[in-house]
Amino acid sequence: MDLSSINPVLLVASIMVSATPILLAAIGEMVVERAGVLNLGVEGMMITGAVVGFAVAVNTGNPALGFAVAALASAVLSLSFGVLTQLLLSNQVATGLGLTLVGLGLSSLIGKPYEGMKSPTLPKLDMGFLSDMPVVGRMLFSHDLMVYLSLALVIVVWAVLKYTRIGLILRAVGENHDAAHALGYKVVRIRMMAIFFGGACAGLGGAYLSLVRVPQWTEGMTAGAGWIALAIVVFASWRAGRVAIGAYLFGGVTVLQLNLQAAGAAVPVALLSASPYLMTILVLVFISARGAHGAPASLGRPFHASA
Amino acid sequence: MKRRTLLASAAALSLAAGSAFAQDKVKAGFIYVGPVGDGGWTYEHDQGRKAVEAELGDAVETVYQESVPEGADAERAITQMALSGADIIFTTSFGYMDPTMNVAAKFPDVKFEHATGFKRADNVSVYSARFYEGRAIQGHIAGKMTKTNKIGYIASFPIPEVIRGINSAYLHAKKVNPDVEFSIVWAYTWFDPAKEADAARALIDNGADVILQHTDSTAPQAAAQEAGNVITFGQASDMAEFGPVPRVSSIIDNWAPYYIDRVKAVMDGTWESTDTWDGISTGMVGIGEISSAVPADVKAEALALKDAIAAGDYHPFTGPINKQDGTPWLAEGETASDGDLLGMNFYIEGLTGDVPN
Repeated sequence: MDLSSINPVLLVASIMVSATPILLAAIGEMVVERAGVLNLGVEGMMITGAVVGFAVAVNTGNPALGFAVAALASAVLSLSFGVLTQLLLSNQVATGLGLTLVGLGLSSLIGKPYEGMKSPTLPKLDMGFLSDMPVVGRMLFSHDLMVYLSLALVIVVWAVLKYTRIGLILRAVGENHDAAHALGYKVVRIRMMAIFFGGACAGLGGAYLSLVRVPQWTEGMTAGAGWIALAIVVFASWRAGRVAIGAYLFGGVTVLQLNLQAAGAAVPVALLSASPYLMTILVLVFISARGAHGAPASLGRPFHASA
Repeated sequence: MKRRTLLASAAALSLAAGSAFAQDKVKAGFIYVGPVGDGGWTYEHDQGRKAVEAELGDAVETVYQESVPEGADAERAITQMALSGADIIFTTSFGYMDPTMNVAAKFPDVKFEHATGFKRADNVSVYSARFYEGRAIQGHIAGKMTKTNKIGYIASFPIPEVIRGINSAYLHAKKVNPDVEFSIVWAYTWFDPAKEADAARALIDNGADVILQHTDSTAPQAAAQEAGNVITFGQASDMAEFGPVPRVSSIIDNWAPYYIDRVKAVMDGTWESTDTWDGISTGMVGIGEISSAVPADVKAEALALKDAIAAGDYHPFTGPINKQDGTPWLAEGETASDGDLLGMNFYIEGLTGDVPN
């Protein structure tokens, strides 16, 4: 086998692009789940973000605006889930699945006129001497803004959850909403904000698919990415750093196995194809094996102030 | 007593009304593997469905279900369609073969048409197109146009139809360019734009400057366009919006005449279980406009090849051809039988890697 045709620089560069949409969606969902809400509508919110971002970018010629509106649109859509589950106390699992169906249908309706069109894509950042460095420059420092924003987001989420009062309140709501309520925190309002944030992140992830990773609009184009994001949150045992590891591992092994195939590696293709799932699960289970890392105690449980 | 008669006559009436309605309108159902907006495979089947409606108008009602996964869930979807009164059901992906057979056994009065499979019954026909004829032309153009001598191939599942396409393309690329090499990536999906784009990028990063695809979305075209200096071919649908580069030509599936014929046969009561495998000659396989990016002489050769195939003067699998391990498959001048082609599960000599199983 001759693997010399794999260029490690290009490989790392495409891994970063491949991991970003899942990372964005997963980090948002993690915040939602830490607040005690299980939103299974990630796929629906992602694809809504994908179509809205694409449509706005095509019509305005401004991909950055596309991302912003995609985040807003998916966040607003997620609020419908919020209203149903938090105010009207509907079942979270069923409502989340419904949100996925609504998102898929809505997106194919909105997207009809945009099939086969080309959109402006995000420019690669030029970070001066960093981008000009040999090897590392192309690998790590010449991506578009969203790649760095998604990584910054992971750090911000981690820091906020761990070190700030807001983070503590959010976790309290997710662990024991009755106690949080007794302390005077507005459980429903906090959860609505978390859902809104999760929706916005999923929207960004979707827009990244249609504006950078593919880049085009095709009906049903998320093809399960939202479900992967959901799984990664669980396997990462609700920790921001592990979510990032999981997303990069999944994106990384996906791209790596395609590259190995392209280079003609003598590994059974069936094994290579399954490897992203196997590796991600194995590694995350392994690093989560020590200590108690259960789900937030109130995850998926309905809350009403009268109870 | 009275009440019973009333009930019976009401039942008879509704039955009569039901059958009268059925006689009025033939209901044709379609099961799709991807969304109708995939821009490729499913899109073309849906164009065929629309052509049925346009041609037969009020005499027909069509229904479809898209993005039906291959496997167990397909059986539920097909059953549902049969229960909802469909008279003929087209199941348009290889993986629906066993589900179609199972449902067909339970609904002997419903006609089934399975695309690209090989199992038949009294109420199950199979139909497919000789895509490998189009692949021969793609291979020819690809072999002539590659500068790196590396051709990337995004394959879906290791089934005979896909392997046939790879072999046909390779054979004809090799014929015009002995240095050509194929890199094959198995995506294990028919439709996943992000993965298809990643696969295209992996092939391009590994030096391929021609990308052939046997997956359904236009994502590899978009990835090639972004990379520049790479040519592609539209798959299943023209994908003309990506021309003149990267998309330099295409294979277009034209199901409309077949679908119209078959639905008409149900109306006339002349439907019989058949096995249809048509190619360029009948127009079931179309070759999309060869773009201005292709040099005039290469274009002329490609068109000549197309005409020879259409006229039946040339079979894309004409010996001598050896299997990958060097054992002879076709002797000098011998052409492949349909049986061999339908069951093809091996690479021909010169291709590297193994067919996954």
